[in-house]
Amino acid sequence: MTGAGSSRRMAALKLLRRRLIQAVPLMLGVVVINFVLIHLAPGSFLELMTAENQVSDPATIALLRKTYGLEDPTWLQLLKYIWALLHFDFGFSYRQNMPVIDAILLNLPATILLMVSSIALALAVGVAAGVVASMKVRTFWDTIVSVAAMFFFAAPSFWLGIMMIVLFAVKLGWLPVGGMATIGGTGGSIAGGAGGILDILHHLILPTLALGLFYAAIYTRVMRSSMLEVAQLDFVRTARAKGLSRNQVTVHHVLRNALLPVVTILGVQMGTVLAGSVVIESVFSWPGVGSLLFDSVSSRNYPVVLGIMVLGSLVVITANIAVDLVYMWLDPRIEIR
Amino acid sequence: MALALEVKGLSTTLFTRRGEMKAVDGLSLSVAAGETVALVGESGCGKSLSALSIMRLLPDPPARIVGGEVRLNGRDLMPMPEEALLDIRGKEIGMIFQDPMSSLNPVATVATQIVEVLRSHTDMGRAAARARALELLELVGMPDAPRRLDEYPHRLSGGMCQRVMIAMAIACNPSVLIADEPTTALDVTVQAQVLALLKKLQADSGMAMIFITHDLGVVAETADRVVVMYAGRKVEEAGVDALFETPLHPYTAGLIGATPIPGAERAARLADIPGMVPALNALPPGCAFADRCPKVMDRCRQEIPLLTQPALGRLVACFAAETA
Repeated sequence: MTGAGSSRRMAALKLLRRRLIQAVPLMLGVVVINFVLIHLAPGSFLELMTAENQVSDPATIALLRKTYGLEDPTWLQLLKYIWALLHFDFGFSYRQNMPVIDAILLNLPATILLMVSSIALALAVGVAAGVVASMKVRTFWDTIVSVAAMFFFAAPSFWLGIMMIVLFAVKLGWLPVGGMATIGGTGGSIAGGAGGILDILHHLILPTLALGLFYAAIYTRVMRSSMLEVAQLDFVRTARAKGLSRNQVTVHHVLRNALLPVVTILGVQMGTVLAGSVVIESVFSWPGVGSLLFDSVSSRNYPVVLGIMVLGSLVVITANIAVDLVYMWLDPRIEIR
Repeated sequence: MALALEVKGLSTTLFTRRGEMKAVDGLSLSVAAGETVALVGESGCGKSLSALSIMRLLPDPPARIVGGEVRLNGRDLMPMPEEALLDIRGKEIGMIFQDPMSSLNPVATVATQIVEVLRSHTDMGRAAARARALELLELVGMPDAPRRLDEYPHRLSGGMCQRVMIAMAIACNPSVLIADEPTTALDVTVQAQVLALLKKLQADSGMAMIFITHDLGVVAETADRVVVMYAGRKVEEAGVDALFETPLHPYTAGLIGATPIPGAERAARLADIPGMVPALNALPPGCAFADRCPKVMDRCRQEIPLLTQPALGRLVACFAAETA
């Protein structure tokens, strides 16, 4: 449209630029803190690696220390690590026998798929249930929605996941127990064509429910109270005085204003969704970054742990910027000065 | 002149935990086409609830209309189903509110909000409605109207927001406009502009106007007739000149006495009305104004005075006024 539209686009670009600039020191902080924490922890992957491979020759161990740069003082290792990161070099993982970045990128799509599908489910279910509860406030439906929200909010997601496996996979046999693809099946990857995608979606259902319903419960409660609050505002009375029907008023006037708090908490929770997916991935043997992290922590494979922390932060920061832009699009009152 | 709106015995009760409160008790008033009737009274006397009752826009619960008729051009709105009312609100009765800044949706542009009224009451297309919205903005004297069309309300001043509200209210040429304290939240200079605008629009279209206010200065400027309300009931009705010259009800006299007159001597203190409007759930058995009334008699505390007609076109509900 005219002037107002282009000035809003300018403001969005400004916001984007500012958030990107802010991301630089944030990432540096993430790297330094995680690096230091990991180095404060006792033991190193070298000990596990040599023990597993029954290497006892001191010369070989010294060579390995040198190869992995472990003989330098910690601060120098940190500087070298940061320097390497600037060249997208996350180090080498002995367990996968490949660069760390390759090991993570192999697993990252599965995690992002799980995150996106869980958030989408949480938003769709949460917003819909919240709207229904607010329109039927203090009725049977409102109670049903509130009780369900309470249940999914209170249930630990790993327990919920296990219970769903027992019910839907073991007893009823409707859905797979775990994994991302049928073993020995034709599909299991995008390369498998439509059948392969369907197979992945089939495996995605239970982990998405286990991870997403907790957030759906939160959004339901926030959405319900937000809808009720907005419905009291003056402009809703104006909308009714204009002769709009109840549904028109709800959809065009109440809903969009009521979404704002939901989007706010969505941004805050991006990090916890990623953390939650670590748990869910191990429950469902989902081959994502969470499984890789779990494996790497137990094998003290610190380069991978650190790499996941760094890339995970990057995902969360990116998601947060996206949420900020969505918020800005929803609420024109947000202006950048 | 034909009556555009006729309200008979309208009663609205608030059903709350602390009991039932008669917020509007048997209110009757009528407005002819082209006429302005002011509804006057202190905060909490039932003015706004009366207006919302006429539109059937009450928050239910707690408020519910328990009786009365509201005839718009002869048709009673009270028994109508909600769907039929959707065609009346915004089309035949327009309404503007006290706080223009909060009365507009903060996340929709001015154009969107005006177009919405037009499209829900006419079969205008999107482009035609947008063109009409621009016309309306120009009609209500919006400065720099083409640019304002795509602005969001937070970028507009209170006066401009009220102009948008007025544009929406008159978009479908309603026969009745209800203005609920439309100038209370505005600067004095802007107040005058908005009042002048409403008068001009009324003169052009001949719509009837109910003007709710507690500001007698505004009443003197805009109204043809005045209805004074106290504790949910009409206590006096008169032509605007007669009311200011010879107020019959002691409450009306008190309101007029409490209004500053420019040029009057500073030494002359403004008269005030002692006490407060009684709580609606604790109304006395007699006249609700008795405890604050300078002319109170024993009878006032026992019976509720009914409306009487001391002169043509005047109504008053007061025993003291009857005996005088």
